[in-house]
Amino acid sequence: MKLEEKLVIDERFVFTTKAKNKVFTIIGLGLFLFALGMYMVMSGGGHHEDAHGAVQAAGHAAKGHHEAFNWMTRVWVNLWHNTVFFAGVSVMGVFIVAYNYVAYAGWSAGLIRVPMSFGSFLPYAFGIMLIVFFFGHHDLFHWTHDGLTDPNSPHYDRIIAGKSGFLNTPFYLIRMVIYFSLWIYINHLIRKNSFAEDINGTHTYWHKNTIVCTVFLIIFGVTSSMSAWDFVMSVDPHWFSTMFGWYVFASWHVSAIAAVTLIVVLLKERGYLTIVTENHLHDLGKFMFAFSIFWTYIWFSQFLLIFYAHIPEETVYFLDRMKNYGNHYTGIFYLNIFINFIFPFLVLMTRDAKRHMIILKIVSIAILFGHWLDFYLMLTPGTLKGHSGFGPLEIGTALVFLGVFIYVIANALSKAPLVAKNHPMLEESLHHNI
Amino acid sequence: MSATSGKFLVGIFDDEDVLLHSIPDIRNSGIKILEVFSPFPLHGLDEALGYERSKLDVAAFFFGLTGTLTALTMISYMMFFDWPMMIGGKSNFPLPDFIPVTFELTVLFCAYGMTITFFIISNLLPGVKPILFDKRCTDHKFVMAIDLSKNKMSEEEITSILKENGASEVNQKEF
Repeated sequence: MKLEEKLVIDERFVFTTKAKNKVFTIIGLGLFLFALGMYMVMSGGGHHEDAHGAVQAAGHAAKGHHEAFNWMTRVWVNLWHNTVFFAGVSVMGVFIVAYNYVAYAGWSAGLIRVPMSFGSFLPYAFGIMLIVFFFGHHDLFHWTHDGLTDPNSPHYDRIIAGKSGFLNTPFYLIRMVIYFSLWIYINHLIRKNSFAEDINGTHTYWHKNTIVCTVFLIIFGVTSSMSAWDFVMSVDPHWFSTMFGWYVFASWHVSAIAAVTLIVVLLKERGYLTIVTENHLHDLGKFMFAFSIFWTYIWFSQFLLIFYAHIPEETVYFLDRMKNYGNHYTGIFYLNIFINFIFPFLVLMTRDAKRHMIILKIVSIAILFGHWLDFYLMLTPGTLKGHSGFGPLEIGTALVFLGVFIYVIANALSKAPLVAKNHPMLEESLHHNI
Repeated sequence: MSATSGKFLVGIFDDEDVLLHSIPDIRNSGIKILEVFSPFPLHGLDEALGYERSKLDVAAFFFGLTGTLTALTMISYMMFFDWPMMIGGKSNFPLPDFIPVTFELTVLFCAYGMTITFFIISNLLPGVKPILFDKRCTDHKFVMAIDLSKNKMSEEEITSILKENGASEVNQKEF
């Protein structure tokens, strides 16, 4: 057959000791920075912040309940932020596989194993999320505090009491278990079918996978929005936005596409994935470009409605990010729009840019960082108020998560051939030309 | 496609695969092809004919930019300079409110600009008589036009080369 003449189709990714050492270096550096950051917020910065918090607490005491800042909050928020971001990227890998199967997409058949590996991080994300929730729920989620729903309590909160049918710890945990078990199970099914196809070679596995993927899309339509409310929006329990599920979805999705692109480029630089040509890269670039605009569209739709309606209980969300806490988040707020919209929009606009690996590499790294920052901006103002920072603690946590994520993904990639050789659309992918 | 007068040879092909595979041979034999017409887009035709990439995307960018600037100028003049209006307690220049209209005008200018550009370069503007080498190219035939004044070979030579390469008929056309 023509395919075998042209390509090394049974190529396998080898996760070498050298590569492993590099990943361990990232994790080690991350752990060091994490420890350093912990020490800094605990002692030097922490005391200052504590004193600052105490003064503020004293000042606000007359106005009502105000919680003094606890440095551990910053650690929990950090862990939660990274878990949510990386869990999202990995579940979006499953989502990318799912819509490619359901749409009978041909172009992506050669690189489908890359997003297919993302779901392998989900069990780890689930574990970390449970641990962080178990220890940090009071720091992260205001609605988990006692007495908020009791009308006789001095802390009674009418809004949270109204939402307590949905926002209560048992139901929250049940939902979390449901999301993750569904995602992990379907990811397992997709991978199992695809690997069985490699060995047995009939198209029945592909048909099975299209059905599994259709079911996943239906489930994900609900769980993506609901997990966004649970994991992200509920840190601001008094505020809500009907756009929020889509907003988080858009952010996760474009990050996952950037991650796929980056991994494909890195694999190609190491001589793997010969089946992927600049035409496939062009399509990945188009996806990054289009979904960056999609994210902006969602971001702006949410912002404009709140800006235009001018209702105080809604605008507070953006005031916190644009003005409050002494312009604490203003810089990140505008950087977020620049790095996630203006930068990819202008850089990826031309055809040539999307066909060159170096530009794709730069833009995908920028997008990944930008959307990580986007999640920082979603989670920190609601939890840490003006006490957040951006130092060794944040960078260290991100590096540890990044290292673990790369390790898990690379391990999953090395488990099976890089190309699904009996994928019925592989021939089409080979001749993809745009 | 701008040559509009002179003597042309028109090769008619019945099958797109025959046409696509014949183009490199015809070009290698030294014939300069003016244009190929097809009832539907043919993949790889541009590469076979050796065309450079269209610059329509560059035009589109500038049409879009014109739209963006028009909208921002218009709205800020109306809402800020000419008759300052304060709506909903916001400033006189609430930029986010202007973005949807700016976006729409960008798309509008871009779409109209590209359509008009396309009409101009394809001789399809209203009132202009379109150049049709063979009417059947709008339905089921693939038509290759060759400008005789730009080719050194004789009519007979070209006709025989076209026939050898699968043309079902070769006609002469004069505008």
